[in-house]
Amino acid sequence: MSTLTLPLDDNTTNDPKHRAPLIAGDQSLETLTDVVSGIVEQPVVPRSWYVAFAVSSALAAMFFALIGYLIFTGVGVWGNNSPVFWAWDIVNFVFWVGIGHAGTLISAILLLFRQKWRTSINRFAEAMTIFAVICAGVYPGVHIGRVWFAYWLAPYPNHMTLWPNFRSPLLWDVFAVSTYFTVSLVFWYLGMIPDLATLRDRTQSPLRRALYGLFSVGWRGSARQWHRVERGSLILASLATGLVLSVHSVVSFDFAVSQVPGWHTTIFPPYFVAGAIFSGFAMVVTLMVPARAYFGLKDLITVRHLDNMNKIILATSCMVGYAYGVEVFIAWYSGVHYERFAFLNRAFGPYAPYYWTMVTCNVIVPHLFWFRKWRTTPALMVIVAVLVNVGMWMERFVIIGISLTRGHLPSSWRMYAPTWVDIGMFIGSFGLFMTLFLLFCRFLPMVAMAEVKTVLVHEESHAAQH
Amino acid sequence: MTETTKNSTTPESPGTLAGIVARFETPETLITASRAVRDAGFRRWDAHSPMPVHGLDEAMGIRLTILPFIVLVAGLTGGAVGLLMQWYTNAVDYPQIISGKPLFSLPANIPVVFELVVLFSALTTFAGALLLSGLPQWFHGLFANRAFHRVTSDAFFISIDARDAKFHENEVRRLLESQGAVSIDSYYDPIKERQIPTLIYWAVAILVVLAPIPVLLIAWAREVPSSRPRLTLFMDMDVQPKYKAQNESPLFVDNREERPQVPGSVPRGRLDNDTKFVYGKEGDNWVRTFPESVPVNLETMQRGRERFTIYCAPCHGQSGDGDGLVSARASQRMEANWVPPVQLYATAVRFQPVGQLFGTISNGVRKMPAYGSQIPPADRWAIVLYLQALQRSQSGTVDDLPEEVRKKIAAH
Ligand code: HEC
Repeated sequence: MSTLTLPLDDNTTNDPKHRAPLIAGDQSLETLTDVVSGIVEQPVVPRSWYVAFAVSSALAAMFFALIGYLIFTGVGVWGNNSPVFWAWDIVNFVFWVGIGHAGTLISAILLLFRQKWRTSINRFAEAMTIFAVICAGVYPGVHIGRVWFAYWLAPYPNHMTLWPNFRSPLLWDVFAVSTYFTVSLVFWYLGMIPDLATLRDRTQSPLRRALYGLFSVGWRGSARQWHRVERGSLILASLATGLVLSVHSVVSFDFAVSQVPGWHTTIFPPYFVAGAIFSGFAMVVTLMVPARAYFGLKDLITVRHLDNMNKIILATSCMVGYAYGVEVFIAWYSGVHYERFAFLNRAFGPYAPYYWTMVTCNVIVPHLFWFRKWRTTPALMVIVAVLVNVGMWMERFVIIGISLTRGHLPSSWRMYAPTWVDIGMFIGSFGLFMTLFLLFCRFLPMVAMAEVKTVLVHEESHAAQH
Repeated sequence: MTETTKNSTTPESPGTLAGIVARFETPETLITASRAVRDAGFRRWDAHSPMPVHGLDEAMGIRLTILPFIVLVAGLTGGAVGLLMQWYTNAVDYPQIISGKPLFSLPANIPVVFELVVLFSALTTFAGALLLSGLPQWFHGLFANRAFHRVTSDAFFISIDARDAKFHENEVRRLLESQGAVSIDSYYDPIKERQIPTLIYWAVAILVVLAPIPVLLIAWAREVPSSRPRLTLFMDMDVQPKYKAQNESPLFVDNREERPQVPGSVPRGRLDNDTKFVYGKEGDNWVRTFPESVPVNLETMQRGRERFTIYCAPCHGQSGDGDGLVSARASQRMEANWVPPVQLYATAVRFQPVGQLFGTISNGVRKMPAYGSQIPPADRWAIVLYLQALQRSQSGTVDDLPEEVRKKIAAH
C-alpha cells in the first residue's frame, strides 16, 4: 500500500499523513484562469465542436418539429391510450427531472457539508441541472393536450371564476418544478458572476466584452461584494438543499397519492430522491469523462473527483436496490391481492424484460464500483454510468407504464407501445440537452474558477506549513 | 518597493480623480495592508481579490450583512402568501369538494407553502446579495485601469476613494507603498462617452411605453362586446367545422349558413293542403268541429290524455287547475315574471271553438309558449279532444251520471 507505486497525478489514495491534493499538476491562480477561460477564448473553434453542435441542434430541431406536429394534430400521435394515459411523456419527464438532482446535490448539500472537491464540478453539474429541467418541463407542458391553455395551471383570476385545485399533487408538481428551475438558475448565475467578470476582463472582442460585461453586472471582486455573494450562496445552498429532497418527493406524490396498485406506496418519496441522485450522478460522470479529456481539464477535475462521484453512485445504487426489495416485500406483506399482482406482473408479466433490465443495470452493475479499478478508470466507469442511465429510464417505465397497463379492472387492461413520435421526441430531448450543453461549454466558464481558487490557495498555505 | 508613483501608467484622458488603486502580491499582504488602511481611519475604500480571502472581512472591519434577515422576512411572506392563496381560492372563493377532502387542511397545503417560501427567499437572496453590494454598476472608474483587470484572475488590490474625508493623494500613496504595494495607480471617473449611448436609453424607454399596448388590446377585446364573430386561433370544442344556425358563410351570396326554403317547394311530409287539419282554420275562422282525418273515439282521447300529461300538465296541472309543478314552484319562489296558467275549464276557455284550442297549442298565447314545433298536428288534435273531456268533467251535473249511479245517490 505504498503511494510511491502510483502515477504522480493519482490523487485517489487516502494517506492519513498527507491530504491528497484536490487540484493536480502545478497550477497557480494565473494558469488556472488561463486553462478555464482558454476554453471559451480559443480563436479557432475546433471542427469537432461544430460537428457535435450540428448533430445535436438537428435533433433539437426535430424535437420542436415533433412538438409542433403534436400540437397541430393532437396527443393521439403518441402511443398513450386508455388506461395508459401516462406513458413515455411522463416517463421522460421524471427521467429528466431526476437527472437534474446531481447538480443541486453537489452545489447545495456538498457546500453545506464543506466538501471542497465539489468546487471543480459544481458549475458543470448545475448547468446540467438547468438543461435537464428544461427538457423535463417540456413534457408535462405538451402532454396536457391543449397546450395553448397551459397557463390555466397558474392561479390567476379569470373569466371562468375558477381556481386550480391546490389539494392535487399535480398542482404541487407545477410549483415544485418551476421553483426548482428558478432557484437553480438563480443559484447558478449568482455563482457565475465573478467568473463572467473574468471573461469580461480578458476578452479582446468588444461584443463579448459588452455581453460578459452586461451579465457580470460590474463585478469588481471587492471584499464587500464577496462577503454578500458568499452569504447569499450559503443561503441559496440551504434553500436548494430543501429542494433536492422535496422536488422528487413531490414528483413521487403524483403517483403515491393515487390508488393505482404499484403506485400507492409510502416509500416513494425517499425512493425517488435516491433514484434521482443516482441517475444524476451517472449522467454527470457520463458527460464529465469525455468533457475533461476534450477540454484539457484533467488537472482540475481529477480522478479523485470521479472516484468520489462513483462512490455516491454505489451508495445510491444500494438505496435504490433496498427500495426495490422493500416494495416487493410490502406488496406481499400487505396481503392486498392487487398489490401482489402488480409486482408479479412487473417481474413476470409481458413487460418482464424492462423489469429485469432495470434490476441488472441499477442494482447489480453498480457493484463493480467496489473495485478501485472500475472507480478510477474513465473508460470503465462510463460503461457503468451509461448502464445506470438506461436502468433508471427503465425504472420509470416500470413504475409508470406497467402499473397502468393492468390496474384494478381486468376488463380495461391494455398493452402499451410507443409510436415513432414518442421515440423521436425522446431522442430529440437529448438533442436539446446536448445543444444547450455545447453552447454552455463554448460560451460560459465550465469550472467555477473563483471557487477552485479558494481551494488552491487553501492547499498552498497547507503545503507551506509542512 | 518596485514601481513607484512616477512611472505608473497614465490613462489616455484622465477625468476627475476618483481614487488610488494599489496592487499586492499575495492574500497575506492584502490582509495586513487592509488592516493598516482601516487603522488609518479610511471609510470609503475596498479590497479586491479574485476569490474570497479568508480573514479579509475581519481585517477590513466589514460587519455581517443583514441579508439573512431580509431573506427571513421574504420567506415568511412567501409562506403567508402560499397559505392565504390556498385558503382563499379553495375554501372561500371557489369551494369544491374533491374526493371528500376538507376544503382547507394543512397537510395538503404544505407542498405549495414550502415551494413559495423557497421561491420568495431565493429570489430575495439573489436580488439582495447584488443590491447590497452595490450591483449592478456597469460603469466604474476602476474598469478603465488596465492593470486592475487582473483582479478577476490572479491579482489583489486595495482601492481608496477620492471622496473619503481623509483622502490626500500623496499620503495615500505613501501609506500603500509602506504596506508593500507592488504598483500604485490613480483612477478616474468613467468618461461620458464610455457610458451607454443615449440611443439605447431611448429605445428601451420607447419599448417600455409600447410593451403594455398588446396586453391592453387583448383585455379591451375581451371586455367590449363586438358584432363580429371572435377570432379563434385554436379550434376548441366550441368551434367545429360544420354548419350551424345563425352563422356566417362566405359560400352564399347572402353570407348566411342557414338556407331559406326555396320558393314554391314543399319539404317531405309537410304538404299543408288540409288547412283545417294543419291550422284549425277555415278561411279566417276557427273550425268548430274536428277535421275528418281525426277519429273522435276513445283511442284518440287516451292518446290525448297521455300527451296532455307530458306537455301540458307541468304547468296546467293534471286537472287543468293551473297548479302544475312548474307553476307551483314559480309561485313558491314568488317569481315576479310568472303569469299563472289559466284554468282550462274557465268559461272563457270552455266555449272556445276546437280550432282555437288547437291554435293555442300550435302558436302559444300571450305568456304561453308555442308547442307546434314539438307536437305533431294529429297529437295536438288528440289533446284538444281530451281537453274537452277535462272541461266537461269540471262542469258536470248529477244528470250527467248513469242511471244506476243516480239511483244510488238518491238512496242516500
Ligand atoms: C310553460 C307552462 C305551460 C305549458 C307547458 C302549457 N301552458 Fe297553456 N298556458 C300557460 C299560461 C301561463 C297560460 C296563460 C297565459 C296568459 O294568460 O298570458 C296558458 C293558457 C292556456 C290556455 C288558455 C288560452 C286562452 O285563450 O286564454 C289554454 C287553452 C292552454 N293554455 C292550453 C294548453 C295546452 C293544451 C297545453 C299542452 C299542449 C299547454 N297549455 C301547455 C302555460 C302553459
